[in-house]
Amino acid sequence: MSVSENDAKYVLELNGITKIFPGVKALDKVHFQLRPGEIHALMGENGAGKSTFIKVITGVHKADEGEMFLDGKKVEFRGPRDAQAAGIAAIYQHVTAYPHLTVTENIFMGHEKVKFGKIMWNQMNNEANDFLKQLRADFSATVEMGALSVAQQQMVEIAKALSMNARIIIMDEPTAALTKTESEELYRITENLRDNGTSIIFISHRFEDMYRLATRVTVLRDSKNIGTYNVNEITNDDLIRAMVGREISDLFPKPEVQIGEEVLRIQNFSRTGYFKNISFAVRKGEILGLTGLVGAGRTEVCETIFGIEEKSEGKVFLYGKEVKINNPTDAMKLGIGYLPEDRQLQGLILDWGIGRNISLPVIDKMSKHGWLNDKKERDLAKRLAEQVDTKAVTIFDKASSLSGGNQQKVVVAKLLSTDLKVIILDEPTKGVDVGAKAAIYVIMGELARQGYAIIMVSSEMPETLGMCDRIIVMCEGKVTGELMRGEATQEIILDKAMAKSHHTTEKEVR
Amino acid sequence: MGVVSFTGIHISKYYELIYFPLLSEWKRSPYYLSGSGLLTATSSFLEKAFIALPMVFVLVIGDIDISVGSTVALSSVVMAECYNKLGVPMGLAIVICLLVGTLCGFINGIILTKFTELFPMIVTLGTMILYRGIAVMILEDQASKNFPSWFSNIFWGKIGSVPYMLIVFIICAVVFGVLLHKTTFGRRMFAIGSNRTASKYAGIEVQKIRLIVYTLTGLFAAVTAIFLTSRMGSTRPNIGEGYELEAISMVVLGGISTAGGKGRFVGAVIAIFIIGFLRYGLGLINTSASAMLIIIGSLLIVAVMFPNLKLGSLIGKKAKKLM
Amino acid sequence: MEKIKSITKTLTKSREISLILVLIVLCAAIQLKNNQFLSFANLNDLLVNATIMCVLAVGMMCVLLIGGIDISIGSTLALSGMVAALVMRDYPQTPAIVSALIAIGVGLFCGFLNGVVIAKGGVIPIIATLGFMNIFRGATYLVAKSQWVHKEQITPDFQNFTLNSLFGINNMITVATLCFIIAAYFLKFTRTGRKIYAVGSNAEAAEVSGISITKIKIMVYSLMGALAGLAGALWVSKYASAQGDSGKGIEMDIIAACVIGGVSLTGGKGTMLGVVLGCLTLGILNNALPLINVSSFWQDAIKGLIIIIAIILNVMTQRSLDRNNLKRREL
Repeated sequence: MSVSENDAKYVLELNGITKIFPGVKALDKVHFQLRPGEIHALMGENGAGKSTFIKVITGVHKADEGEMFLDGKKVEFRGPRDAQAAGIAAIYQHVTAYPHLTVTENIFMGHEKVKFGKIMWNQMNNEANDFLKQLRADFSATVEMGALSVAQQQMVEIAKALSMNARIIIMDEPTAALTKTESEELYRITENLRDNGTSIIFISHRFEDMYRLATRVTVLRDSKNIGTYNVNEITNDDLIRAMVGREISDLFPKPEVQIGEEVLRIQNFSRTGYFKNISFAVRKGEILGLTGLVGAGRTEVCETIFGIEEKSEGKVFLYGKEVKINNPTDAMKLGIGYLPEDRQLQGLILDWGIGRNISLPVIDKMSKHGWLNDKKERDLAKRLAEQVDTKAVTIFDKASSLSGGNQQKVVVAKLLSTDLKVIILDEPTKGVDVGAKAAIYVIMGELARQGYAIIMVSSEMPETLGMCDRIIVMCEGKVTGELMRGEATQEIILDKAMAKSHHTTEKEVR
Repeated sequence: MGVVSFTGIHISKYYELIYFPLLSEWKRSPYYLSGSGLLTATSSFLEKAFIALPMVFVLVIGDIDISVGSTVALSSVVMAECYNKLGVPMGLAIVICLLVGTLCGFINGIILTKFTELFPMIVTLGTMILYRGIAVMILEDQASKNFPSWFSNIFWGKIGSVPYMLIVFIICAVVFGVLLHKTTFGRRMFAIGSNRTASKYAGIEVQKIRLIVYTLTGLFAAVTAIFLTSRMGSTRPNIGEGYELEAISMVVLGGISTAGGKGRFVGAVIAIFIIGFLRYGLGLINTSASAMLIIIGSLLIVAVMFPNLKLGSLIGKKAKKLM
Repeated sequence: MEKIKSITKTLTKSREISLILVLIVLCAAIQLKNNQFLSFANLNDLLVNATIMCVLAVGMMCVLLIGGIDISIGSTLALSGMVAALVMRDYPQTPAIVSALIAIGVGLFCGFLNGVVIAKGGVIPIIATLGFMNIFRGATYLVAKSQWVHKEQITPDFQNFTLNSLFGINNMITVATLCFIIAAYFLKFTRTGRKIYAVGSNAEAAEVSGISITKIKIMVYSLMGALAGLAGALWVSKYASAQGDSGKGIEMDIIAACVIGGVSLTGGKGTMLGVVLGCLTLGILNNALPLINVSSFWQDAIKGLIIIIAIILNVMTQRSLDRNNLKRREL
């Protein structure tokens, strides 16, 4: 068999793919090859470019540069349906399905089997059940989608891909929401698919997934393809180094601060289904990092501390005294402030001007007996906006018109309007440009110096290592490690953040 | 600035419509445009308008309430029966009327705030049927009349040539308007309507405010009930039918967005008066009730559609010129 | 406690089944109090009186399925009926069937207007149908010149339609049954029907998979209008007159019937069987209460109470379902 350029040696090939979004280069001249019938793992940190990569392959995004080849033939997808027609299917973490409809309907929506215009339910149900049997599903096709667990819904998505004769299936974090048993099932299904000739790309943070399933692994970092390796030739350390290997620049000097007494402590903090037995404390002037992978439960812990959600167990102590927090108002009264993860949905009222956003938490203090005092509001807003160094905006500008970095600064300013003792920051520099990032770090340092106790949730290794005095690592709802500033390295953190060990207790899930 | 762009759109449309009937009517009846004539004209539409005042709040926070018409009926019926059958003194009966209305609104609020998954549309649909149903249970198909003679003064009475009702309305409108735009309560309402989640994170007690707004709505439905009953001198379980939709129309036409978080109170007040006078004026030139229904219905749709069709900016500019 | 839990589980599994059980119990209770209830004559009466509601409920179900609402149907009913009646009055030689078709046509047009304003004009359904409710009602009074159309002016054939029977079953029941069957088939066995469910269940996903939400919306509201037109024709035939006030307030009953039958107000969920049961429930309430000496004046209050209890129960069962799902996640 001669090997020519156009030979279908690879079922999918990406050549020099570049994708640019405003302000961000998501993919930078990425090359990638997928062999027929292989299971290929894709790994990388959050923000490395994995999801853009997938979206280019599935036709959701069009690449700005580069070419894509399917079986050696060049292809250009105008949209997701072209990709579907070409036999590429993706199974995402957040299933987009019709919750009120049955499994069969979800599988066949849009391409139901008809005879003279009449839908052949029996035939479809049988076919759907066949797919499900192949996948060894424990439910029948006539069950309502919404009643299924995430794992089961994923199976339906796979069945859907099969029903459309997908030759390439992409799985995005397929085991993220699965139990141990369910993950095993998924492995079996995936291997079956491969045995039947389907080529599979899957994204996962779990090394176990990779070792178990993949023959090769590609690492993305900072929008580039760092390299493709054979799974049986690489070690954990090698991989981590590939995923993470950058210098920690001196962008984040955390000023040497006298760390004082304990301010906030949570003990045996639990919320059914989200996190269990979380205990940690944060002290005056300290920046405590809360890190882990997406889905580890960090935001949930913070939201529960802040009173957005109810805890099922555990205690919260402020300066050693137990406190009850039932809603955000309680939390704020106690001096706990929270910078939410999703600034556009949770942090800001986009339709409002910056000034009004900033003054909202303390609107009572800006008034006399309920009477709004415009001048007091404006003064406060101006002062705080300046304090956080928002660039080139007035307090009357609508929040929606600001850049990500400025928006984040406004949310920080909003936070500072209240009298606080503890500040919880959830992904404070997510989606923020470098300049604004630096400014936010400076603010954080300043706040620490002023004696606030700070908890920072972050998925970004550099900032966690650069800014935090102590780091708590969470994984799948539990604390897996606590590290001091000196002893923490990126490798150790990533190691603790990834689920590798078997679950020791197996609960019957019924 | 705000007034022109949003309510200005609606006002300028009415300008032409009002102008025409007003002008043609002037030719026919010199009394229409007289001061006292206009003042009396307000009596024809203001009683319904009391519901529109808290309805502004309801829409600003992004909710809806279609049970107000039934609340009017129930409060009125209870008041009438307390007086006629139970011998309760009329003054007390009036207080009971207000209490019943408040309770009706409170029940709406409690259900919605304890079961936040429920949609206001369906809950107030249920209570709409329930409240009127209770009114029917009480009065069946009878009327309840024979109120003391001073009772009709509430509606019909005047100071000079200014009807009591107008005075009460203006006071209430001012209070509501100030509440909405000048107090922290109002600021919170706008926040809730704009972004309920962010409001929660900012420490606003969203459910508490919703409860207050719904309770207020019930209270003012009872106020309408008092004026309405006073006007007619009697009451039946089927009064107030359609009032909820009228109130919503007035508010929407006044530029309050149904999505919540936007609107100027004065817009609603202006809309109330414009629609009211429009109706009255059209009535004077013998426009049939049917034509009026068509006009009001069309106005509602067009007024909401225009911002969406982006012709709003065109008209906004025209309005600026007119202003 | 465990027994109660398992009973609740079976009940929540099928709303229709629980509704049927409730109805059976209800009927048995009523029959005990008044053994005329289950007589053929009475049942016939019950069904006939419920038909107009059934025809409308079919249309409303489709509207609710896509997550919309239509409160203009009472006015559409009146307008369609009135136009048909006027045609019969002024052109007495028109065959009854043509008049009926005219009514349906008028209704279809009304519904189409609703659909366009909602789908293309971007007006939310409650406001759009509120506006049209007024417009159509005004139009009804206008074309009738504020008069009634009387019995003598309505074609005898037309009038008699609702009095006649086919194979012993009153025509109205036949019409309603046909509506149910055809709509049920459409919703379950045609691709377009399934698209309605898709749009209601997850509009985003539907859009992405290429379903034209605009087309579906316009179609659904037009269908509602056409059915309202049909109901209008039946109304005129049944009451042998056409008035401007016809059908006022009927929309709320229809929505109630659908909600009782398990149709979700947010869309994507609802079965024809459920709607049938909902209509039956209301029909039974309307018919049976006088039979057991419950004043008909209590009906509405009972209706309202049932709706509120039904939706609260829904929420409570959903909450316990969610709680159980969370417990299953082993941590």
